[in-house]
Amino acid sequence: MIGKDRPGIVADVSEALARLGANLTDSTMTRLRGHFTWTLVCSGPGAAEVDAALGPLVAGGQLLATVREVGPEVEAAAAGEPHLMSVHGADRLGIVAAVTRVLAENGGNITDLTTRLTGPLYVLVAEVDLPAGTADAVAKRLAEVAGGLDVEVTLRRTEMDVL
Amino acid sequence: MTDPFNGWTPEALGDQGEVLPVVTAPDAVLSRPGPEVDPSDPKVVRLAADLLATMRVSPGCVGLAAPQVGVSAQVFVVDVTGHPKAASVHGAFALCNAKVVEATRWRPGREGCMSVPDLTGDVKRAARVVVEAVLPGTAEPVRLTTDAFEARALQHEIDHCAGLLFLDRVAGAHALHQRKVYL
Repeated sequence: MIGKDRPGIVADVSEALARLGANLTDSTMTRLRGHFTWTLVCSGPGAAEVDAALGPLVAGGQLLATVREVGPEVEAAAAGEPHLMSVHGADRLGIVAAVTRVLAENGGNITDLTTRLTGPLYVLVAEVDLPAGTADAVAKRLAEVAGGLDVEVTLRRTEMDVL
Repeated sequence: MTDPFNGWTPEALGDQGEVLPVVTAPDAVLSRPGPEVDPSDPKVVRLAADLLATMRVSPGCVGLAAPQVGVSAQVFVVDVTGHPKAASVHGAFALCNAKVVEATRWRPGREGCMSVPDLTGDVKRAARVVVEAVLPGTAEPVRLTTDAFEARALQHEIDHCAGLLFLDRVAGAHALHQRKVYL
């Protein structure tokens, strides 16, 4: 779902889904430059039925819904070592592409990511699983790439306290 | 509470200081580690007075470091007096060449920064620290033990002096928050 933000979108959408018998599972909602955005997974009815149920909500043209069927849930692959990468600097084309390519080339898998542009400042925070023992080499390569882009990068091991 | 500053107050700087413009990210000075300073250097004393003057006129400002006024140096000021999250409070003070020598009781908390005006971030900081530093205009080392919000402010300012922003320490991809509402 994406559209002009207003109070009540989540309530309206989830109510329409509940009435249809669609069970809302994982979802994430935020505002991107003021646009309401919500990506959600629900189970139960087919895509066409969901699309039809959301019809009245998108009729005004202020909200856009894209409904697709997805495959069954897959077991998460064996995780590497969780790390957190922070990048910030003057906005320019290609920052995300360059730093995430370094992660990809080293087998790093991004599990969560946020980017924000505020004024001239660009900030990226990514959670990434790195193959065991690769963090130092990845950090070194990231520093080289960040230097070339004139941005700051830090790569830290994510702390996890299991209680 | 014993006074770690032995009676030192900002009046000892002998200078009202001048309000300086605050620089914002992505200014390169904010990401450069500042060199140690000679605390007895009149220029350092003046810088401390300017930082205090600038902090005092900035609403809600509880700390300001030299890189934030465009000077790469290990000097900062802190004043958490009256802040609801403060426990120990040492009033307004300035420190040179400060180092965290003990840090315990790590707690998450949301931080903002005058140099990153549009974002806040959740950052884990020690709620109890021991900091060693030198007061500007003196040669005497001080050892300051503090906690809660004053401890957080000290770690934030010491980070500035090392060329680090809270953006380098946010706790996760969902730990960054926008202050400005784009509507």
